[in-house]
Amino acid sequence: MKVLKTAADVGIVGYGAYIPRYRIKDAEIARVWGRTRVPIKEKAVAGPDEDTVTMSVEASKYALKRAMIDPKEIGAVFIGTESPSYAVKPSATIIAEAIGDSEKILAVDMEFACRAGNTAMQNVIGLVASGMINYGLAIGADVAQGRPGDELEFTAASGAAAFIIGKGKRSLAIFEGSSSYATDTPDFWRREGEYYPRHFYRFTGAPAYFKHIIEAGKMLMNELGLKPSDFNYVVFHQPNIKFPLRACKMLGFSAEQIKPGLLVDLIGNTYAGSSLIGLAATLDIAKPGERILVISFGSGAGSDAFSIVVTELIEEKRRRAPLVSELINRKKYIDYAFYAKFRGKIRTR
Amino acid sequence: MRKVFVIGTGLTKIGEHWDRSLRDLITEAILAAVDDAAVEVKNIEAIYIGNMSSGYLQGQEHLGSLVATWLGIPGVAACKIEAACASGGAAFHQAYLAVASGQYDCVIASGVEKMTDAVTSDVTSALIMADDQEYVAYTGATFVGLNALVYRHYMEKYGVKQEKIAAFSVHCHKYAKYNPYAQFRREVTLEEVLRSPMIADPIHLLEAAPIGDGAAAVMLCSEDFLNKLKLEKKVEVIASTLATDAFSLYDREDITTLRATRIAAEKAYRMAKVSPKDIDVLEVHDAFSILGVIHLEDLGFAKKGEGWKLVEEGELEVDGSIPTNLFGGLKARGHPVGATGIYQIVEVAWQLQGKASKCQVDNAELGLAQSVGGVGGTVVINILKRVR
Repeated sequence: MKVLKTAADVGIVGYGAYIPRYRIKDAEIARVWGRTRVPIKEKAVAGPDEDTVTMSVEASKYALKRAMIDPKEIGAVFIGTESPSYAVKPSATIIAEAIGDSEKILAVDMEFACRAGNTAMQNVIGLVASGMINYGLAIGADVAQGRPGDELEFTAASGAAAFIIGKGKRSLAIFEGSSSYATDTPDFWRREGEYYPRHFYRFTGAPAYFKHIIEAGKMLMNELGLKPSDFNYVVFHQPNIKFPLRACKMLGFSAEQIKPGLLVDLIGNTYAGSSLIGLAATLDIAKPGERILVISFGSGAGSDAFSIVVTELIEEKRRRAPLVSELINRKKYIDYAFYAKFRGKIRTR
Repeated sequence: MRKVFVIGTGLTKIGEHWDRSLRDLITEAILAAVDDAAVEVKNIEAIYIGNMSSGYLQGQEHLGSLVATWLGIPGVAACKIEAACASGGAAFHQAYLAVASGQYDCVIASGVEKMTDAVTSDVTSALIMADDQEYVAYTGATFVGLNALVYRHYMEKYGVKQEKIAAFSVHCHKYAKYNPYAQFRREVTLEEVLRSPMIADPIHLLEAAPIGDGAAAVMLCSEDFLNKLKLEKKVEVIASTLATDAFSLYDREDITTLRATRIAAEKAYRMAKVSPKDIDVLEVHDAFSILGVIHLEDLGFAKKGEGWKLVEEGELEVDGSIPTNLFGGLKARGHPVGATGIYQIVEVAWQLQGKASKCQVDNAELGLAQSVGGVGGTVVINILKRVR
């Protein structure tokens, strides 16, 4: 596979993130399960009336505010998630109707663990570049679940990010290129009928997360002739604090470059939302002309890397919707009992 | 009994071999040993494979036929030898007997363990199978937990502070740095060891051998075989003994000593006509820091309760009176259970051949390797001698 480079400029016309207001501290989870060391500070928890679709709609509405377009102009809605509201019945159609899109659209759900939102984005770039659509909406969202007491319960969180992609001149950031890398790697999975996913401990590190992120990142930089110092910011998928920081070092980036988009300590791992909310937070502070590298990771396993250059339009569009930092600061702490109730960990039927 | 020689060695690096299977590792090690011996695979008459948990962790038993097939020599004698963590040492013992008895002229002693395929809880379950399921394991005791009892009792009985014992880990890491096959090639400080997470009080994470994958092999042969193929004599096996002790700790008079070590060592010293002071290099089975210390005592290098002094006084260093675990020991070289005993033999053989690079002990002539199964239920002692 080659690096995706479009003949005409394609970029981000609008973006929006959504983080539910409820938070549970890792210390609270640790209190219940008798642990002393925890991977992050706290994580975002979807409320009892929230799910992947509602969060996606919130994020998409914010993206529309920044895009300043009529929702009917959107020709494709792709959502990447591993926790759709229905096991069988698309989420993309519910979201498209809720935001007032036309019915003459391409709408589909995509699934590739934590990477599907980025893969949705890559597909939409292709559709816009080909001229098949003028605008497309790519969403990454999850209400992630960890088995109670499992390592993943300390990080599995809820959140969404939406990106409206269109031709260059109305874009607040332009895609320079993107690369993908995928192998059959069983590091994390959930089989039909199982309630919680399973993971393979240390196997999720070197042969899964690091291998794919590093390969996708190197592939893109080589092809575009760019090196780490050419980027102002870097955003990785964030399953915990340790992994993205190590990947940052391995690829030759600095702690300063990763800082604006590294949110896992405050919101947890929002799975398909993770690297995309990190990208939204980075766009919140980026200046025109600055370059951002985003690399996703989805178990199973694969990564997509994007090189993005911010344009002048960022300044006028940024304040039209809430900043990620504002969504993070809007929070209400809950204890483990309410968390268990909200996340369906108490079976009532 | 005939004389037996070690003429070839082969190793894989110990680590997390995510992309390689049990058979990949063992065949690589055996083929490397065959190459090193400058003979051919078809010269092999028998293969002994030390392995503890392939049945539980890979769902694969019958390793003898498997390995013979994958080496392309089905037809040879081959079987798995299991004695918990002493499986590697026991495989070597069987290979030695096979040549010494006159039955075979050229055999492989090998070992392999693939532990990172499994989740840690399964590895913990596999390891406690080294103790009594009906009387010990059913209580929920883990292998680390049993060693923790030994550790605590030792500190109490002899009034020794933990930092004196934990220093054994620091020693092993210091030398693993030079071993390209080691799992952890970095030094650790005593503070790091004592600050590392507690896994079974008083054992810290950095006082315990890690989980890893690896395989090792050596080729043993008779004098006739060497003469026939005009091969050089390298290292002679001058003693190989195996002893058992009461299966579980509750049945022992003193849990701060491994009686099986004392029995096997006494026999080995007699068989080799040497005493502890003649040994130039030593490889002990330090599955936990406390065991490293206890082994030094039981093998006759220190009085009971004083093994830690050898660490403190620098006697285990490359220029000390009894250079020990100069490839990192179980703690830092790693402990792929069934392969460990063979790694030790290879390391001793390299010392005797002057192939230990930065960790080379000057003029090493005699080396001893101790392989321990369970908390001392089985101990194998092998003494090797340089051939001038």
